Amino acid sequence: MLAASAATAVIWLTIVPHSAHLRLLGPSRAESQAWHDSCSSAHQNHSKTGDRSGDAAPSTLSIPSPERNGIMTRKLAVLLGAALMVPSLAFAEDGVSAGQFTANNVWMMMAAALVFIMHLGFATLESGMTRAKNTVNILFKNVFIICIGILTYYICGFNLMYPGEFNGFIGFAGFGLSPGADGMTPGYADGGYTYWTDFLFQAMFAATAATIVSGAVAERIKLPSFMVFSTIFVGLVYTIAGSWKWGGGFLDGLGFYDFAGSTLVHSVGGWGALVGAMILGPRLGKYAKDGRMTPIPGSNMPAATIGVMLLWLGWFGFNGGSVLSADPELTSLTLVTTCLAAAAGGLGAMLAYAFVSSKPDLSMALNGILAGLVGITAGADVMTPMSAIVIGAVAGGVVVYSVLFFDKIKIDDPVGAISVHLVCGIWGTLAVGIFSTNPEHSFMTQLIGVACYGVFTVTCAAALFFGIKATMGLRVSEEEELEGLDYGEHGMHAYDVVPGGGGMPHPSAASPAAGASFAQTAALASE
Amino acid sequence: MKKIEAIIKPFKLDDAKEALGAVGVQGMTVSEVKGFGRQKGHSELYRGAEYVVDFLPKVKIEVVVSDPMVEKVTNALVEACHTGRIGDGKIFVFPVEEVVRIRTGERGEPAISTT
Repeated sequence: MLAASAATAVIWLTIVPHSAHLRLLGPSRAESQAWHDSCSSAHQNHSKTGDRSGDAAPSTLSIPSPERNGIMTRKLAVLLGAALMVPSLAFAEDGVSAGQFTANNVWMMMAAALVFIMHLGFATLESGMTRAKNTVNILFKNVFIICIGILTYYICGFNLMYPGEFNGFIGFAGFGLSPGADGMTPGYADGGYTYWTDFLFQAMFAATAATIVSGAVAERIKLPSFMVFSTIFVGLVYTIAGSWKWGGGFLDGLGFYDFAGSTLVHSVGGWGALVGAMILGPRLGKYAKDGRMTPIPGSNMPAATIGVMLLWLGWFGFNGGSVLSADPELTSLTLVTTCLAAAAGGLGAMLAYAFVSSKPDLSMALNGILAGLVGITAGADVMTPMSAIVIGAVAGGVVVYSVLFFDKIKIDDPVGAISVHLVCGIWGTLAVGIFSTNPEHSFMTQLIGVACYGVFTVTCAAALFFGIKATMGLRVSEEEELEGLDYGEHGMHAYDVVPGGGGMPHPSAASPAAGASFAQTAALASE
Repeated sequence: MKKIEAIIKPFKLDDAKEALGAVGVQGMTVSEVKGFGRQKGHSELYRGAEYVVDFLPKVKIEVVVSDPMVEKVTNALVEACHTGRIGDGKIFVFPVEEVVRIRTGERGEPAISTT
């Protein structure tokens, strides 16, 4: 392989010494297309032990063509040819240069950081859409999820989701992380990133799936119960299901396509959210027996807005990083389709809601933006800009009516998580079968994938929730729900409830000396 | 001595403060309250569901003045806080038994004197 690329380089340099121009980074359009095709198949066969060499385009380092004499050119060519003969990490089997490898890895690490920001977005959005008396609780759940998500992914999640060679349904590559001999080389992932980057990027995705559930079960679920559920959900359910596609499992073999996780992340989270909301039951006071609904408005619209905008920002990494390299054409196209879909989703929701009321609802517009983002996530790299707009607009419209629908059938979803992530996740997945520029994608295959994930996730989530309900209990007491979970679950408040702080130490906790002076002060005041 | 409680529209607070200062009242206590009178509340919409908000935000001003000042103060408040639309508010006058200035220990009229 090394000899072949060396020979290629030497031939290239000698045959076209004058027409070559300096290109250190960035392949040509044709190479880009070849890369794209190899990337699509590489992503599908994302396996730590699989051999993916031979697919990618060779590097195109060429010398500049000044008006020099031919002797210099030939000397340079010989020198370069000799240099290429030297085995080095700089030129791996796939022909990715050290510079490209670094650029790719840097982008992937940035993408991991951007996906991490989505957790900030979720926390802010959910706290804004729920009541102030439950703010500490919902923030705590979000903080817990990012911590447990990354840790379980380290312990077993990564190797459940990417087990290497396995039966296609469930496999496990061992506890902990094992980079392997080529983990830090371009040979690991077509020169896209290192093993560590791979782990971290995917770990951020895993935690996202669990945090979707936290919004739908907010304001009434017991904290320990939720912690148990989300640990198992992100550690086992998300990962095993994810292996069917991204880990190279049976759905991948069928041709099912989910670029960045409309199904694997969003609908999995959405199914969990739906099952949880159904088994938990609605918040007290939301639905009256006669069918009337009393809305429970969120406590902080600025927070909700900031949250959604942070999520949009995070999506630059969520979709942009799912290219699995810094490939200029694919990443830039993906960001464009992502943003177009988000924008169309926002407007689509605003328009759809205009048929419901003449007064525009901010939270619906925010849900619309997210709906567009979720909708494009399955195929952001295989859509034209126009398709992205259509997908986003439809998602925005659908999410509005979905929110109204779930309220109509009395499934209480404080933040609209089911509508945004489940319904629009399914839409986005099916849309790949309708709009994809890749003719190999089919609606039927997408539908099969949706169904498989639905059956599996619903079964697991139901088993988990019912099991927890039977053992630990699922829902807080009525009294606690009315008082607020901040006080009931955490013994603290998010906001300054007692003016001036009320920071006197509890008398029983004070030392005898302090207690005496406290008593003296109290006596003086009452005179 | 009398305590005057005025429940007014929140945006009228500055006007009320100016008016009270003009008639010689230098101190007051203000709190944010909710309430409604005969006009009830209004309808709001959230994610497609309509609900009635009965309690509207108001501001309560409390001042304690000597008896001769009561007429001046209530007139000043009425003039400053009047808009002509429903929800302008009400003024209540209560007798006060005792007043104490905490810093100096003064009691009675000297505690609320403006000199």
